[in-house]
Amino acid sequence: MNSTDYLQMLRLAAPETIVTVTMLLVLSADLTVLRGKSIAARFHCGALLSVLGCASAAMFAFTRHEQVDLLNGILLVDPRTDFVKVAILALTIFTILISTSGKFTDHVGEYLSLILLGTIGLMFLVSAGDLLMIFVSLELASLALYILTAFNKRNEHSSEAALKYFLFGGMSAAFLLFGFSLLYGLSGSTNLTDIARSLAGKGLDPLLMVALVMTVIGFGFKVAAVPFHLWAPDAYEGAPTPSAAFIGAGSKVASFFILAKILAVGFAGTEGSAVAHGYIAGWTPVVAVIAALSMVLGNLTAIVQSSVKRLLAYSAIAHAGYMLLGVLSNTDASRSAMMFYVITYGVTVIGAFGVVTVVEEATGGDALKNFAGLSRRAPLLSLCLLVFLLSLGGIPPLAGFIGKFFLFSATVAADGNNLGLLWLVILAIAMSAVSFYYYLLVLKQAYVEDAPEGVPAIRVPVVTTLALVLLAALVVLFGCAPSLLTQFLV
Amino acid sequence: MNHSLTILTLVPLVGGIIVAGLGAGRNNLVRGLSLFFSLIGLTGALCLWTHFNGTSGELQFQEKFPWAPHLGVDYFLGLDGLGLLMVMLTAMVTPLAILVSWSMNDRAHIYHALILWLQAGLFGTFTALNFFHWFMFWELGLIPAFFLIKLWGGPKRGPAATQFFIYTMVGSVALLLSFLAIWLATKTATEPGCFDFITLAGMAKSGLLTTKLQTAFFGCKNIGLIIFFGAFLGFAVKVPVVPFHTWLPAAYSEAPSAVTMLLTGVMSKMGVYGFLRILLPIFPEQIRHVLTPLLWLAVATIVLSACAAFAQRDLKRMIAYSSVNHLGYCLLAMFAAVGAATGVKDAAIQKAAALDGVMLQMFNHGLTASALFLFVALLEKRSGGLRGLEDFGGIRKVAPVFTGLMGIAIFSSLGLPGLNGFVGEFLVFKGVFPLAPWAAAIATIGLLVTAIFLLTLIQRVFCGPLNARWAQLPDLTTAERFLVLPSIILMFVLGVWPQLILGTIDATVVKLVEKITF
Amino acid sequence: MLAWTIYISFLGVLVLMLLPRDAARAARIVALFTAVLGCGLALVGAVQLAQQGNVGEAATIVKTAWIPALGATYYLAADGISLVLVVLTGLAAIAGILFSWNVEKRTKEFFAFYLALIGGVYGVFLSFDVLLLFVFYELTIIPKYFLIARWGSTRKEYGAMKLALYSFVGSHLVLIGLIAAWVVARGQLGHASLDLVELSKVAFPASFQHWVFPLVFIGFGILAGIWPFHTWAPTGHVAAPTAGSMLLAGVVMKLGAYGCLRVAMVMFPEGAHEWQWAIAALAVTGIIYGAGVALVQRDFKFVIGYSSVSHMGFVLLGLATLNTIGLDGAVLQMFSHGIIAGLLFAVVGRMVYDRTHTRDFNDLEKMNLGKLLPFAGVTFTIAGVASMGLPGFSGFVAEFQVLIGAWQVFPKMTMLAGVGIVVGVAYTLRALQKAFYSDTPPVAPDGHDHHDDHPLEPISTPERVGAVMLIAASLVIGLFPTLLMDWIEPCFKSALFARLLNGGGQ
Repeated sequence: MNSTDYLQMLRLAAPETIVTVTMLLVLSADLTVLRGKSIAARFHCGALLSVLGCASAAMFAFTRHEQVDLLNGILLVDPRTDFVKVAILALTIFTILISTSGKFTDHVGEYLSLILLGTIGLMFLVSAGDLLMIFVSLELASLALYILTAFNKRNEHSSEAALKYFLFGGMSAAFLLFGFSLLYGLSGSTNLTDIARSLAGKGLDPLLMVALVMTVIGFGFKVAAVPFHLWAPDAYEGAPTPSAAFIGAGSKVASFFILAKILAVGFAGTEGSAVAHGYIAGWTPVVAVIAALSMVLGNLTAIVQSSVKRLLAYSAIAHAGYMLLGVLSNTDASRSAMMFYVITYGVTVIGAFGVVTVVEEATGGDALKNFAGLSRRAPLLSLCLLVFLLSLGGIPPLAGFIGKFFLFSATVAADGNNLGLLWLVILAIAMSAVSFYYYLLVLKQAYVEDAPEGVPAIRVPVVTTLALVLLAALVVLFGCAPSLLTQFLV
Repeated sequence: MNHSLTILTLVPLVGGIIVAGLGAGRNNLVRGLSLFFSLIGLTGALCLWTHFNGTSGELQFQEKFPWAPHLGVDYFLGLDGLGLLMVMLTAMVTPLAILVSWSMNDRAHIYHALILWLQAGLFGTFTALNFFHWFMFWELGLIPAFFLIKLWGGPKRGPAATQFFIYTMVGSVALLLSFLAIWLATKTATEPGCFDFITLAGMAKSGLLTTKLQTAFFGCKNIGLIIFFGAFLGFAVKVPVVPFHTWLPAAYSEAPSAVTMLLTGVMSKMGVYGFLRILLPIFPEQIRHVLTPLLWLAVATIVLSACAAFAQRDLKRMIAYSSVNHLGYCLLAMFAAVGAATGVKDAAIQKAAALDGVMLQMFNHGLTASALFLFVALLEKRSGGLRGLEDFGGIRKVAPVFTGLMGIAIFSSLGLPGLNGFVGEFLVFKGVFPLAPWAAAIATIGLLVTAIFLLTLIQRVFCGPLNARWAQLPDLTTAERFLVLPSIILMFVLGVWPQLILGTIDATVVKLVEKITF
Repeated sequence: MLAWTIYISFLGVLVLMLLPRDAARAARIVALFTAVLGCGLALVGAVQLAQQGNVGEAATIVKTAWIPALGATYYLAADGISLVLVVLTGLAAIAGILFSWNVEKRTKEFFAFYLALIGGVYGVFLSFDVLLLFVFYELTIIPKYFLIARWGSTRKEYGAMKLALYSFVGSHLVLIGLIAAWVVARGQLGHASLDLVELSKVAFPASFQHWVFPLVFIGFGILAGIWPFHTWAPTGHVAAPTAGSMLLAGVVMKLGAYGCLRVAMVMFPEGAHEWQWAIAALAVTGIIYGAGVALVQRDFKFVIGYSSVSHMGFVLLGLATLNTIGLDGAVLQMFSHGIIAGLLFAVVGRMVYDRTHTRDFNDLEKMNLGKLLPFAGVTFTIAGVASMGLPGFSGFVAEFQVLIGAWQVFPKMTMLAGVGIVVGVAYTLRALQKAFYSDTPPVAPDGHDHHDDHPLEPISTPERVGAVMLIAASLVIGLFPTLLMDWIEPCFKSALFARLLNGGGQ
């Protein structure tokens, strides 16, 4: 490799590079210029820098239209991947915005740079087409996320959550690596397309099956699918809320994108079938089972939660189930539907966590009763919460509903006229109906219950308000005019 | 198209709304307006009478245009002799009823509104010729009556009103169902069913109706009879025919007097009108089929009610049962007239006589019975609510004018020649004797018993030693005399010159006989 | 112009949200103005549309691309049936606001939710794209929930949640059917489409319709109160505030019936024929069950709630007849019951309960309401006889047509339905007696007549206007049924319903 190649690599990896530079800038600025200033000021300045950096990276990724495969799968550049990067960056921006009012840490610079670091990892993840690259970027992102979870040093739940997350994560990383090595051993390559080519026609080798299961376990953990979800409720609850938002949003987007790619491209030929009365062994039925379990367990357990963050965690598990439907249907339409769903889900969940952050700060907890009378104490905030939770519940004309409609119709359509996957969709719709109940419980607190006596109105920081309103507007916008988003996802 | 009939019905309807809208506390205005509207009705009826062509049996003042074509409903109003007679009766009795209620102050605006709506319902019933609107007006007559009894009646008004409502409702429902069945039967693939009384009568005469009914209802042979019975029930409750009469004594005695006047004077005639307008022309075949049982019912009505009246101690109840008795004659004549009458010479003339008698009896009884109840009301007012037969005695010594005038009304009810009550009953018997001799014979018992109890009434209340309680009983005031005078005069006039009415209704009767003879 | 009924309602919501917190009076005026404007637009637009051409065919109001990938279009159109129901919505909206004039607690939020509900309802009746219809349909669930949960009375939170969940489950059943139908239709048409007119021409396989039709029909039917999934209705109606009950029973239940007709029966005619008897049986059961249970209630509002279930049974029976006259009757009954139910709930909720704070007959009997609230007594009497099906009111023509239509197909079930009518007379009379005209003299437990201690406030002007408006509507349609029949009848001769009425086959 000569200097022109390196330059080319830098150019192709420009978004990531920009973010890296931003990260370093933020870190150094916090350590030098902003030393001694108040936490709020540091947060705001650091956030401003990060946002600018991410925004420019996003601009860059959005406006380039190239199709390059660098180094046989290390860095894939194509319009769709670029758009996913844009989405991840946007989610990161919003995460940073809602974290600006945080009072959980003094280490502002480190916090923001870790978020950016995680983002970098996610960006590399989505443009990876090679097993090693996938693993490395995944680890980069995960490590950042573990630390972000532990960031609230004053709260022991935070450390406990992070430790759980880390242990689970480490183990699943091991599974993943093991699966990848098997894959390498069977095919002789780490590039996804090469793997597929060499495994084509060989059928379902037992070892391949093991590799498949390992891979699914590895990613199943990442997206918090049942039965690999046990870390999620504690992590979501214990982590500082903006971190939880990041876990729930950006990380999911990237993970699903790459999972779909691995399974569809890497394991092409071993899909099997999950249609009713038409079972064929492969990764589709495996994912189908996981999806079904996630939807059922996630929704049913969420009903009995009294902590809103845990409720959102279990709902995240359920939503992971829906998204897995998009993966297992294995058509282009279903994958783009899944991406639409995951991106809008990310937008929604950041918003939801943003509201929870504010409520937590103002009332000292995130239990359901802390939300009582929210519509009187903070009307605009409540309205945003209404939008976010209804979107999660699947009420039109919000993005959540359209996303579900896209996803479910693509899943059913995947089997042509036989409607073989209808059973999964029926289950999904049934569980979606159940989910409406617990979202409504939160909204009931906000809109129906009266606030406790004598409590003052909640002052929402300006930045947070702006971010939440923007997020809510996006949810409504994507719900009413989904083509705005889908045009980039085909 | 002459819209006089629509206007006639609308005036009390709108009047009622205006009166109700006046609200409480303006009772004089309320009463005045209500009287005003009822007098407009009277004027209107008189105009119609004078413009009516008595020699033609055709429907006059017709209004007919499509209303809901796909439901087979036309807005069809028309007046023949029968309708005119009834309209006249209603127009006459209503102002009287309003005047009798002059001192009523409790929620007067609603009270008078209900009376006006009742009048509108009656006008509508007597002029409508398509079942859709006819039934609406029929019910419009029922509901105000229920409330009038329920809200302003005597101590036992609750059960009386409920009983009244239930009986009449059941009858109405039966009537409705029968007509829906007819509609269904007369419906073809392209044409909707038929609700028009005239058309249906035509169909019945040619036997087409029965055929259609049988086709529509799975060839059930007796369907015609079942449908007839449903319609019969509706009217039988209204007349009332024994044994569907048990609501009547309670309702008549508990209702306020003005309402009783209307109930007995006009509303009971709705039943008889229904027989004449609907049952006889549309179901002659069925009536003929069950003629004997029907005649027995008529006879039972006449005799049993007379005997029941005889046993009463309460004046109002006595006159109530007597009402049932008088209408029994109408039933007798109607059923006899439909009978086949084979071997009777000049059957058509006899039938015409019978039906003439029916209509006369309707009018006369309306007049007489409302007058009687009016007198009882006056008596009750003076006695502070007492109206038992034994409560009085020797009234004629203190209130001779009252005795005289009430006596005239009583004798008219008795059927004394020279007064109006006689003519009707005479014609009825004249017609029925040739057509159904045995029934007429038994019915005379009713005449006898009526005479007995009415004379007893006179004896107990007016004659005999003066009951010391009533030594200070005031006689009729001037206002009251003017109130009762028109009725009394009419009783004489009609007794001596029945042609006044007969001239108008004759042609109608002839046409009716034509319809039911085949 | 008709599309503006939807937009105006949502604009009203926006304006209301911007009002200051305690501006109750302004909120009422804004809400009333919006509703009146909406109703005016509905009437004018409907008349205009009806005169323009054949009201039997759907006249397009707006049609633009929305989600090309799904074949979804923003397609608003109206045929006679839509027009009738849009007019109903307009009238019910105004009446509801008039009867909620006394809401003091968080008034502007109340009316905001109210107008959002109205906007959604207008949307359902005007949508001719299945996804758009579904969007508006689901949209109405949220305002309903909050209206009941926040401003309701007896067991409001339970009632609200039950209603919301039942509605949601129902609509999700529909969603399953819709997605499945979308996939199959795409296979047949060659392109994705959610356009109702196009989908009505798709010949779905009989085996497919065999399970999709009942799914979609029951899904919509739940909201229409089909027995045995009706249990949300009495609880919900009783829990709801007056305007809520008026809208719920009056308009929202019609959404379900409309969905049954417009979506389930149009798209799957063969399925409709297959399941005809089952639906009729359920409908008749609902009629009789609703009436029977209403007869034994102690709570005044429950009587009306169950009577709604009974009357909706007539609508469903009419739908099940699959002949022109029965379907005509069903649509007319939707209108008629909408008005009458609104009136009944208005009396029970606003006129009686808001003043007496009790709905128990045992208490009401002693209050002599016939004397104290004569206007309420008269209104309830009129509403009661209209509800019984007295000729002269809209209910008669509607039930008459349904019965005739049903007799032609299910004579025995029709007779059972007739029994339901008789029971209807009974419970109405019982309610009237007990609540207003009881014979029990008013005696309080300690023997004194407490009348004048707490005089009941007189019936206010908004209540009178609302009552007169609704009574007039029922009377006008009862006396001149052609006004609406001229809109409804041609629809069933149009191409959209051709397959349904021709025996399902083609």
